[in-house]
Amino acid sequence: MVKSTLQTNGIQTQPSQSEFLVIENLVKSYPTPTGDPFVVLDGINLTLHENEFVSLIGHSGCGKSTLLKMVAGLERATSGLITLEGKEIRKPGADRMMVFQHYGLLPWLTVRENVRLAVDEVLDGLSHAEKKDLVNAHLAMVNLTAAANKYPDEISGGMKQRVGIARALAIRPKLLLMDEPFGALDALTRGKLQRQVLDIWENNRQTVLMVTHDVDEALYMSDRIVMLTNGPNANIGEILVVPFDHPRDRHALREDPRYYELRNHALDFLDQHFSTDD
Amino acid sequence: MSLMNVAAIFAAIAQSTWNRSKILLLRDTVVLPALGFLGIIVLWWIVALFRRDLMPTPPEAFVNNLDFILNPFYQRGPGDLGLGWLLIASLRRVLLGFLLGALVAIPVGFLIGMSRPTLLALNPLIQIFKPVSPLAWLPIALAIFNLADPSAIFVIFITSLWPTIINTALGVSSVSQDYLDVAQVLEMPKWRQIYKIILPASLPYIFTGLRISLGIAWLVIVAVEMLTGGIGIGFFVWDEWSRLNLSSVFLAVLVIGVTGLLLDVAIAQLQRLVTHRRPTTAS
Repeated sequence: MVKSTLQTNGIQTQPSQSEFLVIENLVKSYPTPTGDPFVVLDGINLTLHENEFVSLIGHSGCGKSTLLKMVAGLERATSGLITLEGKEIRKPGADRMMVFQHYGLLPWLTVRENVRLAVDEVLDGLSHAEKKDLVNAHLAMVNLTAAANKYPDEISGGMKQRVGIARALAIRPKLLLMDEPFGALDALTRGKLQRQVLDIWENNRQTVLMVTHDVDEALYMSDRIVMLTNGPNANIGEILVVPFDHPRDRHALREDPRYYELRNHALDFLDQHFSTDD
Repeated sequence: MSLMNVAAIFAAIAQSTWNRSKILLLRDTVVLPALGFLGIIVLWWIVALFRRDLMPTPPEAFVNNLDFILNPFYQRGPGDLGLGWLLIASLRRVLLGFLLGALVAIPVGFLIGMSRPTLLALNPLIQIFKPVSPLAWLPIALAIFNLADPSAIFVIFITSLWPTIINTALGVSSVSQDYLDVAQVLEMPKWRQIYKIILPASLPYIFTGLRISLGIAWLVIVAVEMLTGGIGIGFFVWDEWSRLNLSSVFLAVLVIGVTGLLLDVAIAQLQRLVTHRRPTTAS
């Protein structure tokens, strides 16, 4: 009732459901010895809606990881504003948990302890038993129950990233950030893990921002693909809406003519911005 | 230090041959190392034949040492103790000095690794003191303590400081940014980052420092005891040489070597227990 009253009155104190993460005029530059700042990202404007899966794609060095790190709060923007549910992002926070490209697992802790560390840090209000259940549930979700007591150096890359994903999801972030989460994996493992992550997301939707350089991965997993132009002075070149309904089936996608249209379009975009580079 | 490497090579060879036939295993772990020992004994024998006046041959040395070998814990007078007691006395000094050194060096290494002003303040000091032979501290220690035993422990303490400080600082300053990013995203307070992330992440480096420190401390104690006298394996070496009893010197060298090897193995095992990671060989 209260909510509808607010909406009919048009009061904007509550951010609307559709504007979950807002990036406004974001600039990132680094000082150089010559005095002219080196501008990596030049005026990024992007809005993420709730429960949306968005991919950031672009050539290496275009600043897509930097953009993700600024959303995470791990890097400061030179100018511009990032807000999550209307609140400005100034520092790292567990509401924007990250899945790291190189997993970011602590090698002296077991798989279970790695997830538990995050739960202990973030959800310290829970009882011991609740924490234990939460950790076990998330390990089960990524099929790691059997490996729960192993150390990271005893498991494969795909398993390590599943730990990273379980750890990120266990602390119930509002926004899940993934920095080339499948980039360090071999092709077969990558495909399998993409399927698993998409399964989890389709069963339990939340807002995801994923950095990738793989067009097929972006098309398979995301609702929108944000394509960045080449750096320096990178900007959003185009936003591709992926029209396929969830749950998605990779095989069915490949039979859809629109898939190739989108794929070629995205590849053309990347090619075009590659050739202008030098 | 080289004993440590030999042990590592030994372990690597032992591991790699596990799948091969037992004859090869026997050859690599028993026959070839035995050949090495045989070579050195032959060399000793040859030298002993040329220096009949001072050097005992290996069998002569063995016979002369039978009493020491069979009765390591005899007590026949105030200064006349079995090798076991001498070894315990030396080990006590080394471990006391080493532990005191670690107690100081690990926190100092942390400070240097985490704060640039501390690094700038202490780095010149460390760079100057590090190359000084620990024995040069002995007169200063004797002037301060006026007693042989605390002075020896002090010298070992100084010896243990530098490698542990340097390696701890290196470990603390080279903690992977990924781990720190994880801690930051989880909003971990700074003091908890220190003991939940930075300390465990730098433990392998700290242990490398401790291993090097303990290795050098065991080298140094022999020399310190030669100078200070008293009860200890180092003074035993010098005392036996004064009596022209080279047989016991040979035995002492062997005992010192084996003890050093055992100390290194012990600290490597401790590292494995504490860090859950296989220790890399320090050198």
